[in-house]
Amino acid sequence: MTHITLSGVSKRYPGGHDALTGVSLNIAAGEMVFITGHSGAGKSTLLKLIAAIERPTSGTVLVNGQNVGTLRPRGIPFLRRNFGLVFQDHKLLFDRSVFDNVMLPLDIIGFDRREAARRARAALDKVGLLQKEKAQPITLSGGEQQRLCIARAIVHRPAILLADEPTGNLDADYAAAIGDLLRAFNQVGVTIVLATHDLQLAARLNPHIIEVRAGRLAS
Amino acid sequence: MMGWFTAHRMAFTGTLNRLAGAPLTTLFNIAVIGTALALPTGFYVLLTNLQGLAQQYAPEPQVSLFLAAEAAATDVRNIEDRIKAHAGVASFRYVPRAQALETLRTRAGLADLLAGLALNPLPDGFVVIPAAGNASALEALRGEFKTWPKVAEVHVDSDWARRLDNLLAIGRYAVLMLAAALAFALIAITFNTIRLQILTQRDEIEVTKLIGATDAYIRRPFLYLGTLIGGTGGLAAWVMVWGALQIFNRQLAALAELYGIPLALTHLGATDSAYTLLFAAWLGWFGAWLSVRRHLIAYDPL
Repeated sequence: MTHITLSGVSKRYPGGHDALTGVSLNIAAGEMVFITGHSGAGKSTLLKLIAAIERPTSGTVLVNGQNVGTLRPRGIPFLRRNFGLVFQDHKLLFDRSVFDNVMLPLDIIGFDRREAARRARAALDKVGLLQKEKAQPITLSGGEQQRLCIARAIVHRPAILLADEPTGNLDADYAAAIGDLLRAFNQVGVTIVLATHDLQLAARLNPHIIEVRAGRLAS
Repeated sequence: MMGWFTAHRMAFTGTLNRLAGAPLTTLFNIAVIGTALALPTGFYVLLTNLQGLAQQYAPEPQVSLFLAAEAAATDVRNIEDRIKAHAGVASFRYVPRAQALETLRTRAGLADLLAGLALNPLPDGFVVIPAAGNASALEALRGEFKTWPKVAEVHVDSDWARRLDNLLAIGRYAVLMLAAALAFALIAITFNTIRLQILTQRDEIEVTKLIGATDAYIRRPFLYLGTLIGGTGGLAAWVMVWGALQIFNRQLAALAELYGIPLALTHLGATDSAYTLLFAAWLGWFGAWLSVRRHLIAYDPL
């Protein structure tokens, strides 16, 4: 079963910069895909198009058979709930505790509070932050913040995990730990699409690699 | 899965926490809105009280007919017969001068003053209730009675009440205009408050949108915020007017004692109070709704 399909996708930003040109690819359910390439090659744009954060200028992006480009605005929140998003800059909310950050996706979906709390603790446990559930995110280290971001991305058990440079500025040890986490999710059937230029991580996980060069797919 | 009710309860408690988290700002907001609403509410209360007084002291239109001082008993009977025969008269009452004096003595508390008089200065009179109570019928009766012999004065007693009614109608328009202007101000205040709140929460809005929050989910706490600010502002206005009435009534009590009549202003009744609070809450909601419509659209990355 194909999860994500891009056909002839181009993205031109206002001002005339072509971030992507004629990209076509298929990502199957349960696959682990690394999108690699230099900074500015278009990796992040590709992720944003899949997550319905950007609309393609031309071509079609299909997620679970839904055309992201023509989706009505009302439908977008529900499409996004299929994803767990891991951001390079984490995008944590610093006005609330670690626990409340992880609760957020469940609140949005409308989970029963007790069940939600149980799942949030399970997610925090998976990333090794259960001891810090009452802490404020600002007091966490860079690696812990990244792991918190991952916990928030997986707490609602999404079918697809989209991660932009999840090991971007982490020590090798932290990066390895996050690699193990990703592999564990993938093993329970989560589709993983990851933009990175961390070749060590790629070597550990042996994913399907798609290389982007100046807005086009290489090879 | 939780229901619609739980989602609202969570948004509501979240909003309460946010308000409690910035108590000074909250207090000032409520004070500004309370003051703005207290003005028209106070005027409305005054008008309602005046109207009550007017109705209390002018029950129905009547024509008072006073005879000349030298009128004899035959003249009185003559007039009485003419009134009895008149088609425009529904009922009438003869008030002899002695009875008028007695009434004045007991009812108006002027006993001391009247005790000093050697002679009864009051004329004999008739109080006539006309068949038709409209202004032209009353005027016609007055004109006719005036031409009768030994009739010194004819008063249409509803005159002052009608003038007061007209004045009160003008007052009501003034209150309405004041209320409209200040309602607009209240909407503007909440619009701006919510705009600032959206700015301070822009990170949260952006993140929640990215992870699948619907517009309704994002809008809800802001709408609650506007409604709460408006509603508590309305409550503050009610309390301000109540306080003003307490002070005012203390002064009025002294005045009332001097004149021997009960005088006290009453606050809005339960229904009017409820309407005032609901209206204030609605204005807050509307200001927030406008603000959210205007400012949240800007945050959709798509």
